[in-house]
Amino acid sequence: MDVRSGVVLDRLPLVVEKLPGGRLVTTTADFFIDWATESSVWPLTFGLACCAIEMMAAYASRFDFDRLGVIPRGTPRQADMIIVAGTVTKKMAPRIERLYHQMPDPKFVLSMGSCSNTGGPFYDSYSVVKGVDKVVPVDVYLPGCPPRPDALMYAVLKIQEKIKKMSIKDRLPQTQVAIEAMKQAGAV
Amino acid sequence: MQAELLAKIKESFPQAAEEAAKEGEYRDPAPVLTVPKESLAALCKLLRDDAALAFDYLMNLTAVDYKDRLVMVYQLYSMRLKHKITLKAALPTDGPAIDSVTSVWKGADWLEREVFDLFGVTFTGHPDPRRILLPEDWVGHPLRKNYTREPDRYD
Repeated sequence: MDVRSGVVLDRLPLVVEKLPGGRLVTTTADFFIDWATESSVWPLTFGLACCAIEMMAAYASRFDFDRLGVIPRGTPRQADMIIVAGTVTKKMAPRIERLYHQMPDPKFVLSMGSCSNTGGPFYDSYSVVKGVDKVVPVDVYLPGCPPRPDALMYAVLKIQEKIKKMSIKDRLPQTQVAIEAMKQAGAV
Repeated sequence: MQAELLAKIKESFPQAAEEAAKEGEYRDPAPVLTVPKESLAALCKLLRDDAALAFDYLMNLTAVDYKDRLVMVYQLYSMRLKHKITLKAALPTDGPAIDSVTSVWKGADWLEREVFDLFGVTFTGHPDPRRILLPEDWVGHPLRKNYTREPDRYD
C-alpha cells in the first residue's frame, strides 16, 4: 500500500489527543520532510548581473524573503537552491557547474531572467551561454528583464510546490544507490 | 590645448601629423595626432615628462579595426594643466604589434591586455601579456572584423 494514500495523513498531521501525559502528532515521513525542506530553502549568495539587484531587493526588508524561509548562505555546502540571477558568460559557466556540484542534495536551480533562460538580449553574443540549462538542470524558469521581486517570490513558491510533491523514495539518489549496492552485496 | 604647445610637440616629433575633423563632424576640441607606431612610445614619454605638457593620466587606450588596418587610440589628459590630446597609430592587420606604454603609465596594463584579448595586438614589453576578459583557452580575437565564431557547447 502506498504510504501517501491516506487522505488525512497526506494533507495535514493527525493529532492524537488521548495519549497519557500529552499529545502525539503523527504524519507521514514524506509530509514531514517535505514540510521541513520547503520551509528552509536556503539559496546560495550568488548574483551575476542586474537580476541580482532585484534578488537583493527581494532579500531585504520590503519583500523579506526570510518569511518564506529563504535565507542566503555564503557557501554552496549549506545551500539548497542556486538562483542564477543574471547573464551567464562562457567564462562563468564552468564555475556555476562547480558550485552546483558542491551543493548537497536535494538541490534546486532557479533560472532568473531572460539572460539566464535563453541568453536574452545576448542571443547572438560570442561570449554568453545561451541559457544556463546548457550547464546545470533548471527547476524553475522565471521570465523578465529583470523580473520584479514579486515575480522572484512567485518562482520560489513554485519551487516549494515542487518540493511538496517530492517523496523520500526518490529525493536521495545517492541513498538509493547505496541501498542497491548493499542489496547486491547481500547485506540487506 | 594651446597652439604653441602643439607646435612644440610637432617640432620634437616631425613625424606626428595633426588629423583634422571631417566636414560637419562633431569632435572634442582636443587635437588628434597621428604618429608612426615606432615613435609612439617615445612620444608618450615626452608628453608625460615635459613640464609644459604634463600628460599624467591615460584616460583611454583602445583600438579600431578598419579592415585594411588597425588603429590604436590613446586619449591623454593632464590633471595638472587640464588639457587633453588624442594619439593614433596605424598597425597592419597581419600580426599587429606596438611598444607597450606600461612603462609610461601603469594604468595601461589592463587596457593593453583588453586590446590584446579582443583585437590581437601584441604589446612589446608588456609585463603580463595574457587575456583579461575571455577564458584563457579562447581561440581568436572577437572584435576583429574578420572574426568568425565557432559554436561551442554553450551556444
